[in-house]
Amino acid sequence: MSEFEPKIVAFVCNWCTYAGADLTGTSRIKYASNVKIVRFPCTGRIDFMLLLKAFAEGADGIIVSGCHPNDCHYTSGNFHARRRWVIFRGLLNFMGIDVNRIQFSWVSAAEGAKWADVVNSTVTAVRELGPYTQYRKAADYLAQQDQSIIDGQEAMIIK
Amino acid sequence: MSKIGVFICHCGENISATVDCEKVAAEAGKMDGVEFATDYKYMCSDPGQTLIKNAIKEKGLTGVVVGACSPRMHEPTFRKACAEAGLNPYLCEMSNLREHCSWVHEKNEQTTEKAIDLVKMLVEKVKKNKPLNAIKVPITKKALVIGGGIAGIQAALDIANAGQQVIMVEKEPSIGGHMSQLSETFPTLDCSQCILTPRMVEVAQHPNITLYTYAELEHLDGFIGNFKATIRLKAKSVDYKLCTGCGLCTTKCPSKKIPSEFNEGLGMRTAIYTPFPQAVPNKPVIDRANCTYYQKGKCKVCEKVCPTGAIQYDLPDQFITEDIGAVVIATGFNVLKTDFFPEYGYGKYADVLTGLQFERLASASGPTLGEIRRPSDGKVPKKIVFIACSGSRDPAKGIPYCSKICCMYTAKHAMLYQHKVHDGESYVFYMDIRAGGKNYEEFVRRAIEDDGVNYIRGRVARIYEKDGKYIVKGADTLLGSKPVEIEADMVVLATAGVSNPGAEELAQKMHVSYDAYKFFAEAHPKLKPVETNTAGIFLCGACQAPKDIPETVGMASGAAAKVIGLFSNSELTREPLIAVVNRSAPPVFSTCVGCFMCQTACPYNAIEREEIKGRDGSVIKTVAKVNPGLCQGCGTCVAFCRSKAIDMQGFSNEQMFAEVMALLNE
Repeated sequence: MSEFEPKIVAFVCNWCTYAGADLTGTSRIKYASNVKIVRFPCTGRIDFMLLLKAFAEGADGIIVSGCHPNDCHYTSGNFHARRRWVIFRGLLNFMGIDVNRIQFSWVSAAEGAKWADVVNSTVTAVRELGPYTQYRKAADYLAQQDQSIIDGQEAMIIK
Repeated sequence: MSKIGVFICHCGENISATVDCEKVAAEAGKMDGVEFATDYKYMCSDPGQTLIKNAIKEKGLTGVVVGACSPRMHEPTFRKACAEAGLNPYLCEMSNLREHCSWVHEKNEQTTEKAIDLVKMLVEKVKKNKPLNAIKVPITKKALVIGGGIAGIQAALDIANAGQQVIMVEKEPSIGGHMSQLSETFPTLDCSQCILTPRMVEVAQHPNITLYTYAELEHLDGFIGNFKATIRLKAKSVDYKLCTGCGLCTTKCPSKKIPSEFNEGLGMRTAIYTPFPQAVPNKPVIDRANCTYYQKGKCKVCEKVCPTGAIQYDLPDQFITEDIGAVVIATGFNVLKTDFFPEYGYGKYADVLTGLQFERLASASGPTLGEIRRPSDGKVPKKIVFIACSGSRDPAKGIPYCSKICCMYTAKHAMLYQHKVHDGESYVFYMDIRAGGKNYEEFVRRAIEDDGVNYIRGRVARIYEKDGKYIVKGADTLLGSKPVEIEADMVVLATAGVSNPGAEELAQKMHVSYDAYKFFAEAHPKLKPVETNTAGIFLCGACQAPKDIPETVGMASGAAAKVIGLFSNSELTREPLIAVVNRSAPPVFSTCVGCFMCQTACPYNAIEREEIKGRDGSVIKTVAKVNPGLCQGCGTCVAFCRSKAIDMQGFSNEQMFAEVMALLNE
């Protein structure tokens, strides 16, 4: 296949977006198959280290989606996620990581069509951005460095 | 070494129409750690489940991945099947091949590839799954009902009639609440006291209900099924064991000029008093702030006249603690006072009343014995103006919400007035008439059409006094905002329903959330209207938002049903998908450094402090501990934890990282 097909990982909460994506299925709305969904109990649970890990492992784009503000199954998890995202975005920018590759959205359990839209628009946007190799390369380089340090260390002998 | 079994379901043709299920199963069989992989037409059917059970037993599987529909649909089914075959149910995961793959993609190679990836993700995750056991929490089968209004009464009676123990706490000397102050109730115009007082008596006499009046919740500790409540019994200065309720003391008390709370300040009471004649319990308390003896050290008239020697001036406040399993909050609401409205008379005009004051005037047990008379001079008003939405739906007053009950009670007030003063004229200024409810619209039409109440759509700008009359200046928006001026003898403001003054403090004591207007917040606006976000604490009545009697009673029964449901088992079984703080051997004990950021993240107050002590009893380290009774498993604390000391069972860091890495590594 000639066209670049991005790998997209979606981190979604169990109660709203996962159920919304189920509704997309039940309503038989078609969307791009590049996205794979990872289920979390709540967007508040999503450790942003997972996003970096996903980029390091080869993701080209990421979707984070949960309940709309005030609709969180756990009252305030999505607010924590939102606040974390605002701070994290600044940090990513500072580090030179492309924040356009992360789509943060709210999709409720009733918004099956919106989920398909979110996925399709993200796939289109990331396809235009092209493969994301920069962070992967940097991560690989760092991993190698770590490994060489570990390899170079003399074994500590405990008597 | 893991031995994972992968079971791919065709779901008839729902999955197999676009996904090559045989290929998915074949590819899954090649995955690292997969012992057995197969596909079947209907995995959820009895033969399908038997297939899984047999594979678990024959192959000695250590984990199961079912590639079928959404886990929101059949996860319990397959976990149960695993448990029946002797595999811990939490070692079973589902891969969503239907809703998230076959139904949303076209039939082609990529769709099958995606299905293989989805299965692979869960295979990697399930390798890291740990066997978990459902959490059992014992339950104390005793409910605490806070508030003795109609909401609390209904909830307490429902719970008590189901055979469970109830403790009712009421801060006033008598139960009854606002409903006992009402004259008649809409839309039937039946007497409020006639339908309420029998229930009050029932509460007092019920063998399963312990009633504490003149008492308040001081402190609440613990969690669902295991609360410990400290209740302050305010000093009544009267020994209720000796008092017979003869009422001699209240007739002889020389301090007679205290505005009666029950009559909304329109009548007077004595310093030793029962709030109203039908009070339950019908025994007096001494209002120490207004009693001559407490203030000046002399008097003791009540002690002299009491035939049983029940007056005891030096009784202190008492504190009792009770073990309880559930709490029902039924603390009700309040109405804005007229002094909130300078434009309507600063609260300085004696004949500008609140709706609740008008109720007392219209009530047979009120200060005028049911005759509608002006508080200023006792004359019968010939022209009366009612102003709906006084404060409500007025963002400028800080109350943007609708108080819901005012449209109906204003129609009722106008009707009662017309029934009592036949030559009187009544006017109602309104914004909209909101009469949603069974027979409500008909009731308002009756007021307008049968009783001749004049409804004017518009707002009142100002009220001022002129020659003993109140000049009400407003506009009629149905006549093109034509100015209207009415010379009224009395004005009744349907003032907004607001939260009780102590609501915020009480909410903080119980760790339940409240909204911007200090009304208690329900756990979900639609699906959990009687729960709070703290498990085991329920809500009913107007403490959640202004509401009328039928709705309050319905909600109270709903809350009672939740409590009875909770008490139907001696143990509470909960999913073990909760957060845990790690523990390890000394000298580390836990990677928790005790920063307690998790406490700020937790919406359920589930994080406690635990002191790790040495043999000499000295504190070595203070670490976080998750209370399994309170934790709901959102995992927000996990993402907050700086030292990765908290992890979430079933969605652990290890599992989630494995899942993400499986998806991307080719």
